[in-house]
Amino acid sequence: MAQYLILIYESEEFYEQATPEDWQKAMDDHARFSQQVPELGGRILGGEALQPTATATTIRGDIVTDGPFVETKEALGGYYVIEAEDLDKAIAIAKLCPAGGGGVEVRPVMKFDE
Amino acid sequence: MLAATARVAGDLDLAEECVQDAYVAALDVWLREGVPANPGAWLTTAARRRAIDAHRRAQVLRTKLPLLVERVEPGSTVDDIPDDRLRLVFTCCHPAIAREAQVALTLRLVCGLSTGEIARAFLVPEATMAARVTRAKKKIAAARIAYRVPAPEELPDRLDAVLTVVHLLYTTGHTAPEGERLVRTDLVERAFELTRMLRMLMPDEREVRGLLALLLLTDARRDARTAPDGRLLLLAEQSRERWDRAAIAEGRALVPGALRGGAGRFALQAAIAALHAEAPSYVDTDWPQIVGLYDVLLRVWPSPVVALNRAVAVAMADGPAVGLAALDPLVDDPRLAGYRYLPAARADLLRRLGRAGEAAACYRQALALTDNGPERDFLTRRLNEVRGA
Repeated sequence: MAQYLILIYESEEFYEQATPEDWQKAMDDHARFSQQVPELGGRILGGEALQPTATATTIRGDIVTDGPFVETKEALGGYYVIEAEDLDKAIAIAKLCPAGGGGVEVRPVMKFDE
Repeated sequence: MLAATARVAGDLDLAEECVQDAYVAALDVWLREGVPANPGAWLTTAARRRAIDAHRRAQVLRTKLPLLVERVEPGSTVDDIPDDRLRLVFTCCHPAIAREAQVALTLRLVCGLSTGEIARAFLVPEATMAARVTRAKKKIAAARIAYRVPAPEELPDRLDAVLTVVHLLYTTGHTAPEGERLVRTDLVERAFELTRMLRMLMPDEREVRGLLALLLLTDARRDARTAPDGRLLLLAEQSRERWDRAAIAEGRALVPGALRGGAGRFALQAAIAALHAEAPSYVDTDWPQIVGLYDVLLRVWPSPVVALNRAVAVAMADGPAVGLAALDPLVDDPRLAGYRYLPAARADLLRRLGRAGEAAACYRQALALTDNGPERDFLTRRLNEVRGA
């Protein structure tokens, strides 16, 4: 098994204007996703939703600035760390990951064991 | 051989090294003991043994090596080679790898071309190509792209990616992106080699059959595409006696089976090529049926390039004015921006409609988009004709 990070890139605008029903739907989607992962032979090792990029602070060297590292239309809104047999399995899982009209990026986690 | 070794080695770089080691060992042993009855099997066995040794020697290293392949018992035999080649092709053409790197990896690992040869074929510096191949290999390892033939439910998409790579190889060879020669024979031959290999390995896949038919029927015209002086000849101008009848016969025989049961895009293109091959002349081609096949093709594969080709066929079936009307919606399609055959096709229809000024403007646009010598000569000749009109 290998570990992959699923980065969820979503429109922040959508969440700024989201109604309680929209939030509930997003919660339900993620709950369903967490049930689907084991059905595909994978495992969720962790994951969180993130506060919007307006709350981000960037540090480069000694300089601390307000805002994200890179300004983009779709921003990192949350992530999962999953375990899957190979990239095909990880992609199959990532395809089901809710991303609110945006998309996800799959990155293999680097291993330093032994 | 590389494919067979890669499965045991678990790592493409290690496999390449083992294969090279096996060649070195072969020189030594064969000089002493003579060449064995089956040199290929000898080399594969030697390379695999080296891969297994390498694993035993480096247990710690092995845990760090990407487990890119499934575990196999070291005792397995060379009978697995066909499967191994297929696994290797599917790995090289995995959709998670950039298309240009898919092509490069396939040529490097399946066809055995050197990085230098691939770089020259695609007209990029060798260092660029080496970096591209290395990066792709690293991704295969780090992201654990599986070394296997896809499961039946994934197969149609994944096979399409493989066939796309092979077809791209063929079209790149068919009309070289630049230079004085129209055709790059080496790339064309690699494309045939790969298609025939796939056909042998997957005899029931209709689209593989379709691609082989398409390549045969297209390539049958290769010699007729240039005049003795190197000038480019269009389909309409080609001397049909110069078409390769054996290739046409082989291609045509494949088409019915390829079309059976829901035709795919390669089978449909082969069927169109077959209609051209059967026609006594350009004018006496069954254009209405070709338009009909393009209509089906457009549904299966809604590509603007298909729509462009359909418009050209419409112009032959119903006249250049109707063809131009079919072509016009494509002019603003961003996917065709920079596609030289769009202004070239428009120029030809405008020329046939006697709209010389507009035709000249389109020929100039097309000229700005090609670096292939014979193509440039052809467009320049046409441009001069319409300017003189």
